[in-house]
Amino acid sequence: MRAIKVVWLKELRESFRDRRAVINAVLLAPLIGPVIFVMITNIVLNREFEKAAKPLPVPVVGAERAPNLMQGLAEMGLAPLPAPSNPETAVRDQTAEVVLRIPSTFEQDWREGKPAQVEIIYDSSRRDASSQVERLNAMLEMYGKRSGAMRLMVRGLSPTLSTSIVVARRDQATPQARGALLFAILPYFFVLTGFIGSMSLAIDTTAGERERQSLEPLLLNPVPRTHILAGKLGATWVFSILSLCLSIIAFALASRVVPTEKLGMTFELGFSFAATVLMLMLPLLLLVVILQTLVSAFAKTYREAQTLLGLLQLIPVVPSILLTVLPLKPQLWMYAVPLLGQQLAIMELLRGEVVQPAQMSVSLFVTSIAVVVAFMYTARVYKTERLGVSG
Amino acid sequence: MIEVMDLAKRFGAIAAVDGVSFIARDGEVTGLLGPNGAGKTTTLRILYTLMRADRGRVLVDGIDAAENELDVRRCLGVLPDARGLYKRLTARENIEYFARLQGLSEEAVRQRTNALIDVLGMRAIADRRVEGFSQGERVKTALARALVHDPKNLILDEPGNGLDVMAMRALRELLRSLRGEGRCVLFSSHIMQEVAALCDRIVIIARGHVVAQGTPDELRERANEASLEEAFVKLIGSSEGLAA
Repeated sequence: MRAIKVVWLKELRESFRDRRAVINAVLLAPLIGPVIFVMITNIVLNREFEKAAKPLPVPVVGAERAPNLMQGLAEMGLAPLPAPSNPETAVRDQTAEVVLRIPSTFEQDWREGKPAQVEIIYDSSRRDASSQVERLNAMLEMYGKRSGAMRLMVRGLSPTLSTSIVVARRDQATPQARGALLFAILPYFFVLTGFIGSMSLAIDTTAGERERQSLEPLLLNPVPRTHILAGKLGATWVFSILSLCLSIIAFALASRVVPTEKLGMTFELGFSFAATVLMLMLPLLLLVVILQTLVSAFAKTYREAQTLLGLLQLIPVVPSILLTVLPLKPQLWMYAVPLLGQQLAIMELLRGEVVQPAQMSVSLFVTSIAVVVAFMYTARVYKTERLGVSG
Repeated sequence: MIEVMDLAKRFGAIAAVDGVSFIARDGEVTGLLGPNGAGKTTTLRILYTLMRADRGRVLVDGIDAAENELDVRRCLGVLPDARGLYKRLTARENIEYFARLQGLSEEAVRQRTNALIDVLGMRAIADRRVEGFSQGERVKTALARALVHDPKNLILDEPGNGLDVMAMRALRELLRSLRGEGRCVLFSSHIMQEVAALCDRIVIIARGHVVAQGTPDELRERANEASLEEAFVKLIGSSEGLAA
């Protein structure tokens, strides 16, 4: 048991002197999530504000046929542009995103009180144009309703007659839940942080040590290889925990800086959030550390280990994508799947909900079993003859 | 004392070691001499429990290496072919790390480390990081690491590799004094002069077999040659791979 501590202390001491490992664990790993988080929210916020406040420039064909309509649209924020000679081609060539056409029949239909047609020319496969199309459409409908109501009043009828149903939307999402929808990607960053924070140690203590020819003398000490492995894993685990803690703090600070409430969301990353995330993630981080060490035990060189671990890093993306793309209803068994369970639970926390004790214990229990199995397998690899021989 | 009986080890189709037997006695320096690729390193790796033999037995001070590898490691000091140090640790930290892994008490760790730093003349470099050490300084640190638990038996794989004349002289002095203390010293080399200058007994290995063993005089006599070098060439069957 003393040997485990000796190895653990030595690996920590050596790694804290390694500038690359420290920068990875203390700067790169904890900051990558919050930085991307701030960037995403800023982009979203800017877009929302721009959409609401900015005039909407739209080329209009036949504006002269409907001066009143144009006046009404301008009041709602439309900025008419001169029309292209061929609107369909312009949209297809992407020189215009949306074009409004007022046909020659408009004036007559309008005067006779018939529904007067206007055309919106657009390309539904272009997603960046869709918000403009929606805005223009809403303006036209609004104008239509207004003038319709006016016509009824002129004829002495109440405008409410034409409104048989009123739909009132009552969104039951809490402000946090609306926020979490936007940041469904956030749990991935907590996992990624652990991956990056521990990566250089996982490589250095196994593949690196073999490449530098110091593994063979180390294994000649009267210490079982499993103890040496345990000490190395412990030191690597410390680095990933360090990264995670710093990352949680950085997120908490970032959520204070970003004006999320302007989007109608509150984003509360308090102490209990931090404590729950840490507890959920501790066994998962250990599992990740063991798998990283296992992979680099198979690698012949430092470089090879780096490449392999880069691939391993992509695995936690899978549950993130599943959670964003599929509207999964969280079931208890999902909490039993390492990685998926932790990401689900963190999403619940971000929504402002509480992780149930049953969910928490299922996640902790199954991940811990995975840790034991992974350790036993890695220990077997560590005991092979091939591992100790350098070159 | 190290006793080796009928050792064999294959890597795939290649028999790296095939029936090697010899005894390295206490108070003697035993040299394992052979051309490159003769099976010296593999033999030593089996002795110091890094590898397992397919056949045969190794006894170190009477303890079976295959059955009780931890106890064998406790009475062995090893300077392996791979002698990497931790470059971000100082020489002293490197030595102390192994002392603790050998199970020494904290007081013994300090005492033994200081004693070895003195004996090996490392005082000026002891608290410098190993990064940037010369080859000779590295070997000294690796030697101190191997000797820190005061082992009765010492195994060195090609200890002369990369050493300049002065460092080699110092190493020879050290090995002689270890022999004087009654320890069993076993080292391998492909350089005939190195072995001749130091060894009480020589074991000549070629193609995984022991082709001859004995004192330098016995070997000269057996080969009927006046010079040791001629005797080696004759015993091995070719001069290939013997060059320094």
